[in-house]
Amino acid sequence: MKFFQNKRKIRGYKEFLYIFPLLILITIFAYYPLYGWVYAFFDYKPPVPLSMDLFVGLKWFQSLIANDVKRQQIFMVIRNTFAMSGLTILTSWLPMIFAVFLNEIKCMRYRKVVQTVTTIPNFISWVLVYSIAYNLFNSTGMVNHILTNAGFISNPILFLQGANHIWLKMWLWLTWKNLGWAAIMYIAAISGIDEELYEASKVDGATRMQTIYHITIPSLLPTYFVLLMLSVASFLSNGMEQYYVFQNAFNKDSIQVLDLYVFNLAMGSGSYSVSTALSMLKSLISLVLLCVCNKISKLVRGENFL
Amino acid sequence: MEISKRKIHKKQSFKDWLISAITYVVFAIFAFICIYPFYYIFINTISSNKLSEKGAINFWPQQIHFQNYMDALKIPGLANAAMISIERTVIGTLFTVIATAFLGYMFTRDSLWHRKLWYRYVVITMYFNAGIIPWYLTMRNLHLTNNFWGYILPGIVSPFYIILTKTFVESIPIELQQAAEIDGAGTLRVFTSIILPVIKPIMATVAIFTAVGQWNAFQDTLLLMTDEKLYSLQFILYQYINQASSLKTLINSTSNGASVAQSLATVQTATSIRMTVTIIVVAPILLIYPIFQRYFVKGMMIGAVKG
Repeated sequence: MKFFQNKRKIRGYKEFLYIFPLLILITIFAYYPLYGWVYAFFDYKPPVPLSMDLFVGLKWFQSLIANDVKRQQIFMVIRNTFAMSGLTILTSWLPMIFAVFLNEIKCMRYRKVVQTVTTIPNFISWVLVYSIAYNLFNSTGMVNHILTNAGFISNPILFLQGANHIWLKMWLWLTWKNLGWAAIMYIAAISGIDEELYEASKVDGATRMQTIYHITIPSLLPTYFVLLMLSVASFLSNGMEQYYVFQNAFNKDSIQVLDLYVFNLAMGSGSYSVSTALSMLKSLISLVLLCVCNKISKLVRGENFL
Repeated sequence: MEISKRKIHKKQSFKDWLISAITYVVFAIFAFICIYPFYYIFINTISSNKLSEKGAINFWPQQIHFQNYMDALKIPGLANAAMISIERTVIGTLFTVIATAFLGYMFTRDSLWHRKLWYRYVVITMYFNAGIIPWYLTMRNLHLTNNFWGYILPGIVSPFYIILTKTFVESIPIELQQAAEIDGAGTLRVFTSIILPVIKPIMATVAIFTAVGQWNAFQDTLLLMTDEKLYSLQFILYQYINQASSLKTLINSTSNGASVAQSLATVQTATSIRMTVTIIVVAPILLIYPIFQRYFVKGMMIGAVKG
């Protein structure tokens, strides 16, 4: 018996050796960058290597709110981040409604086509989205041509350059790209609802809206809740790609979200240390948010999503 | 009594019909908005550039020609960028799929030393990261900037796909593995002869997701690469959009010899070249999408079960 146990143990070590190289990989690319946080405490100017002489303590953290200009900038960035994430969260029920009403379409072929077509934008990059936006909405793009030819306007509207309604525009592009795809999760959930519930409601003479309101939507709420918690947890992480491609000199003040600001700070002006400090704060706050959301999920639904 | 009931029923069915009609129309509009931009850009690339410049091409292509695509081949850097994009997609997908399948399987093996610990060690990285700048500085320290492997290595171990694969492997009857082990197969042998053939569907899903991700990746080029030889198609396209004016001179200088024979309708403009490159970059996605749609959906649903 002991012999077999040992054999199993040895096998376990051997198996560990097999996956060891891959664990090294994830250590390098996901854990080792955490060491990069030390740059937040040094006056780091590449290519000069780090040394204790350059240690500045919390200087960069303080510098984030040191003077009015800085404070204003940080406030602006936070405001943009909250606006963009806020809009997304406020409309997070859209994919659910999309799925519910798609389910109401009885013609399977029509449903399939709609589902296929509306998920396509999810699979193109933000660069391509921007390219499409540019081709359609620039001063000589399709929309301006149509409006001019119809005589509505005499001068082209600069859709992409101005800072007007930029939050709304960003939300619209995001929705265009994501809505169909996000709905798939709910479509899957709908197909899991017990068919008997629908039959019972039919017998009771429920109307269509009543069925949706009393059966479909309540069955989807748990899924919705988990996804909502996840999006709350990533409140600060809008990603930078979308905002990077759409940003220009005119809309910069209203488009810079936290992720983009961190990037611009480092790659644009070479302030690696300050941006690392900001990045670090963001990661820590996000971690706390994630734990809080997980806790809420546990309280409400009795299970973790982590 | 009987009549009033019928009335109600009629009223309800009218309401139901109305809801149906609105649903059909709204979805039609949304589907149109999703697909039309691609169509619009495509018909403009194959229509007379002169008409396109005027904004006359909105629904049907006119005076069809393919000169734009012929000329696009001559744009300096584009062919090279296409090669980079293809290489990173193929190599990156290969590595990721193999690593994912292997890890997904290994994390189901109870005998693995500290299995749970290592599984968590990998999965946790999905929720937490150091941030983009520390990551960039790390990549620079590792000499992965201006290095093709900077595209490949960071994505090889990706926790989300590992979860998908692990869930899938767990659904395979354990007796299959046990039988093979009794016959004397080792861990690796079980993986190659028993597991791999069975998990093909999930590997296909992971492959498609990874390939699309690699093809679409833009941020890593932006961060890591300053060497033009390593620019991807996405990056080149972004540059073209932002340098509309300089594009025209670029084109005119490249197609100088041929331009004598060209009619005015096929002469390149900044717009035509931008649209053509857009179509070239998006084409692979649009072409594979209908074929692989079921894999996308399947992958998403396995993920949903987990979530």
